[in-house]
Amino acid sequence: MIEYFVHRASSFAGDIDNLFLVITLIIGFWFFLTFGALVYLIIRFRRKEGVKAQYIAGEKHSETKWTHYPHYAVIAMDVVIIAINIMVWVDIKQTLPPRDNLVRIIGQQWSWSFIHAGPDGELDTQDDVATVNDLHVQTDKTYHFELQSRDVLHNFSVPAFRLRQDAVPGRTISGWFKPTKTGTYDLQCAEMCGYGHGIMGAAITVHSEESYNTTMAQIQNGTYESHFQKRKGTKTKFPSNTSKVDDEDSFAVLLASVF
Amino acid sequence: MSQATAAVQTDTHAEHHEELSFLYKYILPVDHKIIGMQYIFTGMIMAIIGGYFAYAFRMQLAFPGELVPLYGLVGPGEYNMLVTNHGTIMIFWVAMPVLIAGFGNFLIPLMIGCDDMVFPRLNRLSYQIFLVSTLVLITSFFVAGGGFGGAWTSYPPLSSVAEYSLTDWGASLWILAVALEFVSFLLGGINFITTTMNARAPGMKWMDIPIAVWFIVVAVILFMASVGPLVAGAVMLFMDQRLGTTFFLPSGGGDPLLWQHLFWFFGHPEVYVVLLPTMGIVADIISVFSRKKLFGYRTILYTAFATGGLSFIVWAHHQFIAGIDPRVANVFVVTTVLISIPLAEMMFSYIATLYGGSIEFKTPMLWALSFLASFLIGGVTGIYLGASALDIYFHDSYFVLAHFHYTFFPITIIGMFAALTYWFPKMFGRMMNETLGKIHFWGTFVPFNCIFLPLFLLGLAGQNRRVYNFQNYPDLAKQELQDIRIFATVSLIVLLLFQFVFIYNFFVSMFKGEKAPNNPWNANTLEWSTSSPPPHGNFKILPTVYRSAYEYSVPGREKDYWPQNEPPE
Repeated sequence: MIEYFVHRASSFAGDIDNLFLVITLIIGFWFFLTFGALVYLIIRFRRKEGVKAQYIAGEKHSETKWTHYPHYAVIAMDVVIIAINIMVWVDIKQTLPPRDNLVRIIGQQWSWSFIHAGPDGELDTQDDVATVNDLHVQTDKTYHFELQSRDVLHNFSVPAFRLRQDAVPGRTISGWFKPTKTGTYDLQCAEMCGYGHGIMGAAITVHSEESYNTTMAQIQNGTYESHFQKRKGTKTKFPSNTSKVDDEDSFAVLLASVF
Repeated sequence: MSQATAAVQTDTHAEHHEELSFLYKYILPVDHKIIGMQYIFTGMIMAIIGGYFAYAFRMQLAFPGELVPLYGLVGPGEYNMLVTNHGTIMIFWVAMPVLIAGFGNFLIPLMIGCDDMVFPRLNRLSYQIFLVSTLVLITSFFVAGGGFGGAWTSYPPLSSVAEYSLTDWGASLWILAVALEFVSFLLGGINFITTTMNARAPGMKWMDIPIAVWFIVVAVILFMASVGPLVAGAVMLFMDQRLGTTFFLPSGGGDPLLWQHLFWFFGHPEVYVVLLPTMGIVADIISVFSRKKLFGYRTILYTAFATGGLSFIVWAHHQFIAGIDPRVANVFVVTTVLISIPLAEMMFSYIATLYGGSIEFKTPMLWALSFLASFLIGGVTGIYLGASALDIYFHDSYFVLAHFHYTFFPITIIGMFAALTYWFPKMFGRMMNETLGKIHFWGTFVPFNCIFLPLFLLGLAGQNRRVYNFQNYPDLAKQELQDIRIFATVSLIVLLLFQFVFIYNFFVSMFKGEKAPNNPWNANTLEWSTSSPPPHGNFKILPTVYRSAYEYSVPGREKDYWPQNEPPE
């Protein structure tokens, strides 16, 4: 159902959508059964003149079976949900498939910095490409990310990838994703991070190989107009006197000077 | 205890309760009923503030950047402050004081048949500390920098470093207010447990205690067992803010995740702390208005124990993607989904109580039934979020928001109205207007669903919480999503307008309503055996209990109820 609202742009998005569907079927069944019973009983046993209520303590087996048998079924369905869920979870969060490329994602109040590993596939080398609020990835390549934060908690959230992970200062959290569909998608901060939390967005662009190489070259020679720069002139309403960027050690400023 | 000794005791005890001056009766009371009402009224005033905050930020979401009538411009800082304090107020200053402290105080001595709490002065102190905490919270909205805006979970380092939160004193006063409030409820909690254990009417065995009292006591035990870590955490956070310690700062060797563990170790039992009192109140109301014995009294009770026990080992489901080891999540998925087992059983028992009943749709019963229906939605959607893999998509999205509003709104608001309309005759000695009560019920229940059902859809669309303006995100700025936001906001305004009906009904009935008989609902529990309102000291003759609280429609009896204190023929 989720895919009616959001693109399905990563390899595991389908798994999550299917898990959602399975749980919807199971709990939908229970919901309508229980809700139906509730409504039926309310209507069936409304007060009528001369009809006295029955005396049922609900302690005998013949009575309690009405609540216990459904209850055993609930347990069985719980086991199904747990099993499927753990399979999906282990795939997405607990295992790291072999990587094709690497990107470092750094959250700070209130922007995202991205360091693309470049052709050699290693970070902290000469060919790294740094961008602000603009992440570029190639379709059908498995990416590992190193998620860091420079100040408070942030959350790297890409709805189209069905991906979310908190960034914790002082830690590097690794994870992976594999984009499958080209396009530009929203990337948001999903953990309250202060005054500018509401504008801490970025764009993630999934390229084909050719377009990826062109874009990377453009970024390196300074001719690329980033998502960040395009947005600068547009209508986003945000009071200008609220920026708390500290010029001395701001990573965003440092990165911006790279261009 | 024999009846003779009970009567002797009663005589001495009646002498203690002479008329008091206005100051000692209403301002510095030791009477549990007045203290309970102080809590309830304070909670209701805070509910108005919380509702007003909801109105302001919902207007901003529906009409971003516009001036909000009766508020003004909601900028990002104000927005954060409004959502943070809306959550804080509704949970800590409405649900807790009204449902536990308020109705706990009012009901426990009356329902177990004693003259007052065993520690009346401690009870008064508890309310006074609570009042101070309320004032501290309200002060925090007006200090330089504005109220705290780091979400009601107040995750550090945002909440612990003023340079990050930009609300230096707002954050400190916020955490101070929360800590003070917990101190207050700890004092109240000791009182509730001791009173229920020691001061029950002669003849009242454990299994004769009404579920409403039982559940408040279980809730208080949960609260007292879980709140310690949070108070410790609050002190550490306060020291981080004001003394420069670094318990939660990685740069000083601390760990931000520590706070999350402390907070949620309290925070998840807290859900059941507020749920159980409402569940208990609803059990009593359903039983009375369907004229039925509760289906499986012991089962219901044991499911509450099981839920309470399990609630201590599920806290990390709030942190699946917070940076904890992913393997830990699997354990917490199992425990979280397990909670559905006792709660499903409890729900089934409530619904089974209706079977074979003679259901009368008085206003309290409408509230109680609507609680079951809406809490069912809140409960089943919790399964989605207990599944860690789906939490990857739903964490901190509007799906979570809609889910917990489908639990907290029924618990807090519906539960509060159910209890108020049910015990109003006992509190004020007058009946509420039924017609106005039903208008208010439908005017609240329908808009409530119109607010939160659409928010599930927004959650599916990937909309995150605590964002003050979705126009910044191309995928979320679509007009059809904006229409959903506007619909939810309009529903909220309708809901808020209908609350005036309640306020009118409440105050007019309090002074001009029809005089209430002692037992207007033909209920069994002890509070209905005394006059309405009960005198100071509650009972002219302390009651003796002969049977369980739910003997309705007993075969072979002419009356369809059988009060607990009525001697057997």
